[in-house]
Amino acid sequence: MTTGLAIDLLLAASLLWSAWRALATPDILRAVIFFIVFGLLLTLAWARLSAPDIALAEAAIGAGLTGAFLLDAIGILRGGRKP
Amino acid sequence: MKRMAVVLSAAIFSFAMIAAMLELPTPVVNLSDVVAAQMAASGVHHPVTAVLLNFRGYDTLLEIAVLLLALFGVLAVAISGTKETVAAPSPADAVVQTLARIAAPLMVLAAVYLLWIGAHRAGGAFQAGAVLAAGAVLLHLAGLLPGWGPPGIRLRVGLVGGFLVFLAVAGAMLAQGALLQYPPWQAGYLILLIEACLGMSLGLILAGLFLFLS
Amino acid sequence: MSAGLIFACTGVLLFTMGVAGVVLIDHLVRRILAFNLMGSGVFLVLVGLAQRTDHLDPVPQAMVLTGIVVALAATALALALARRLFALTGKCTLPEVDDD
Repeated sequence: MTTGLAIDLLLAASLLWSAWRALATPDILRAVIFFIVFGLLLTLAWARLSAPDIALAEAAIGAGLTGAFLLDAIGILRGGRKP
Repeated sequence: MKRMAVVLSAAIFSFAMIAAMLELPTPVVNLSDVVAAQMAASGVHHPVTAVLLNFRGYDTLLEIAVLLLALFGVLAVAISGTKETVAAPSPADAVVQTLARIAAPLMVLAAVYLLWIGAHRAGGAFQAGAVLAAGAVLLHLAGLLPGWGPPGIRLRVGLVGGFLVFLAVAGAMLAQGALLQYPPWQAGYLILLIEACLGMSLGLILAGLFLFLS
Repeated sequence: MSAGLIFACTGVLLFTMGVAGVVLIDHLVRRILAFNLMGSGVFLVLVGLAQRTDHLDPVPQAMVLTGIVVALAATALALALARRLFALTGKCTLPEVDDD
């Protein structure tokens, strides 16, 4: 088993694990944090697939901006500020 | 009962898809060679940028229109109250504000670099717009940029400017021949113009998706 | 088994997890999370299948780039609607329909 194959399998396993935890955690804040972790792992997956443009966009948009939007929304839902 | 049915059908579907994917034949069409053969006429040196803004420019035009529609939806739903005033910074926030003040110009620089390098290496208008929007969100979260109320005339021009410039270029090309078919000696400049306006507009739209709701 | 095929299979599993999440979960923000997982799964399938040979195919990469930005806009609109629903009704699930 070469190193590349081992890294790919490990990355795929962590993607599936973090996605499962994002859907199954009872606490919504933890679910969003697992989703941000999923976005960052997906950036590594795009880098392994030789797609640097998508990796840049996923890091900025998928992990950064989507995470900010989600955290803002659940901050409203927990009664932080008036919506 | 419903859970069992959904989980079972999802499992069957995923097994079937994976089995089908493991037996795919080798592809007949080699798109990377087709793209590489036309790179000289596209005006840029990076294949993804050429595909995004030249060969499949129509998709990008429609995409920016869809983003504008989503922004209109967010504007329609957002509860318009009074404009938020910037609160006085507490001592804990001073560190965050200093960090945001240092990071924001660097992010603008990174965005311009990503926009420029898109013609040669990985980068382009979308990455630049995303970094700009992230800078705006960072400034807002640090308390330095107030949330946006109903947009004034300059913000409106900035939001729709990218789409209108792209549409104007498409209309000019349509008057000369086919839709979005740049003449090869002008393609580089047109792509740079479109990318610059698109990056600026995209940054404002993505920032607006966050800031119009705050 | 090349890297492309591994990630394409991962994409299929993510897609089915996302679909099951959208169908089964009641909370609206979690449904939006599951919808994003569906989108990411589809992008992995697109680029993974294109990458299973040795050529670097730029067309699926451009399509996925477009897709990521549009998925963000859809997520933002969905979250705005969910916040509006929460402001109006105080709950974050859709109102129950009396069938069965």
